Amino acid sequence: MSENKKNINVLIVDDDIDFLNQTKIRLEAAGYHVQSAESQKAAEELLKTFTPDIALLDLMMENMDGGFALAYHIKKKNSKIPVIIASGVTSETGIEFDAKTEEEKSWIKADAFLTKPIRFEQLEKQMTILLKK
Amino acid sequence: MSVLKVLVVDDELGMRLGMKKSLARHKINIPDIKEEITFDIEMAETGEEALEKVASFQPDVMLLDYKLPTMSGLEVLEEVTAEDSEMVTIMVTAYASLETAVSAIKRGAFDFLAKPFEPKELRDVVEKAARSLLLARQVKKLEEERRQVRFQFISVLGHELKAPINAVEGYLGILADKVLGTEIDKYDDMVSRSLVRIRGMKKMIADLLDLTRIESGQKIRSLEPVNVTEIAKHAMETSEVAAAEKNIKLNLHAAEEINMVADSGEIEIIMNNLISNAVKYNRDNGQVDVTITKEDHKITIAVQDTGIGMTREEADSLFSEFKRIKNEKTRNILGSGLGLSILKKISGMYHGDVSVSSQPDVGSTFTVDLHTT
Repeated sequence: MSENKKNINVLIVDDDIDFLNQTKIRLEAAGYHVQSAESQKAAEELLKTFTPDIALLDLMMENMDGGFALAYHIKKKNSKIPVIIASGVTSETGIEFDAKTEEEKSWIKADAFLTKPIRFEQLEKQMTILLKK
Repeated sequence: MSVLKVLVVDDELGMRLGMKKSLARHKINIPDIKEEITFDIEMAETGEEALEKVASFQPDVMLLDYKLPTMSGLEVLEEVTAEDSEMVTIMVTAYASLETAVSAIKRGAFDFLAKPFEPKELRDVVEKAARSLLLARQVKKLEEERRQVRFQFISVLGHELKAPINAVEGYLGILADKVLGTEIDKYDDMVSRSLVRIRGMKKMIADLLDLTRIESGQKIRSLEPVNVTEIAKHAMETSEVAAAEKNIKLNLHAAEEINMVADSGEIEIIMNNLISNAVKYNRDNGQVDVTITKEDHKITIAVQDTGIGMTREEADSLFSEFKRIKNEKTRNILGSGLGLSILKKISGMYHGDVSVSSQPDVGSTFTVDLHTT
């Protein structure tokens, strides 16, 4: 457990309860403070009283673009909070969400995209990069 | 309205203009295709020009003169049929003989028109070609749609089968890395979640096999008089253990004997699905009421629960394949998302249907109608 992670608050939002559990367990074991929510609605509720240092959001929950909506909420609170959006494999869902140009990136308020299934090492590496910025 | 492109190939100007005039303002209606069809006409004087126009104009129908100055109509025909196009060619000739007709058809012409002809004859032969072309297109479109549906089903299936494996893999990874230490009890929740996901996957595979068997029509149906009440009782016995765990009471409201000619296996699938769902999605200390009635040639099976229920939108979306209502209330309930698709397929075989009425946190009633012949 590295000391500098101790005070980092992570928000994870995903309607896949198993992914949520697993990520929470792994992140907590790595020393992060984790708050989790199972739906966009629950996350919006949580965000009223809690400001994360970094957020990992599932893209499609009860709404097709729930992740984007939440990202917008978070960025409105503080545009410096890094947001990672996780989505299912695009070929399976048939929906492609990948910001390529700077303009797209500025429109979609997210700092990184990860495609599920996400390896924990991959997630932590991405988080470390974003938190350093 | 759709426009068919027609290419008129003839070395005589009078002939070309005549044909163009006969078709230009003509409209046809084809039964089966609810569209009015008009023509867009281009003309070519030689075989060489015809081939150029085929490439640039891409006609649907070509009216091709048999006798052309340098390149003959048959040579043009051979060139265009060698290409993989759906264009329909009608040979037009003054030298009408059975042999020329046969040789043209052999080389891929759709039809044959002998000179001289009346405008009506021309229109008739073009109309016949148009009908054949448009119907072929429609068939192709339907096949393409079917392929798409199949592809989509398999994509979703792949996704649905991978999801539980990913979940179990994730938990096993945490166990393997002993993320929560060496005390085994700390992993209890993960083990039970893994079991839930694996059982769900097994159920999905079983349902998928059922569905495939029903859809393929390969399942041999044995139709004989069956007592629907009897089958309901069996299904209730099957669900008894699960019901007892949650202290749910199962009630049957039906005459001792309600007979219909059916495949008993299919009626069992219906009953098991309805009753096990009513138990699964129920609350503790709830109840399930199974009501079977017969009226003339219609048997109605209604299964009412006192469970979590669902909203109108959820109920509307329920009958699509792999659809499961995902919320904190259904999290630990096993389901493949295929059960209702199966119910719908089977009731369809009895010219019946499945419907649902529901209220969140009050309960749902699923009703299956079956028609006896």
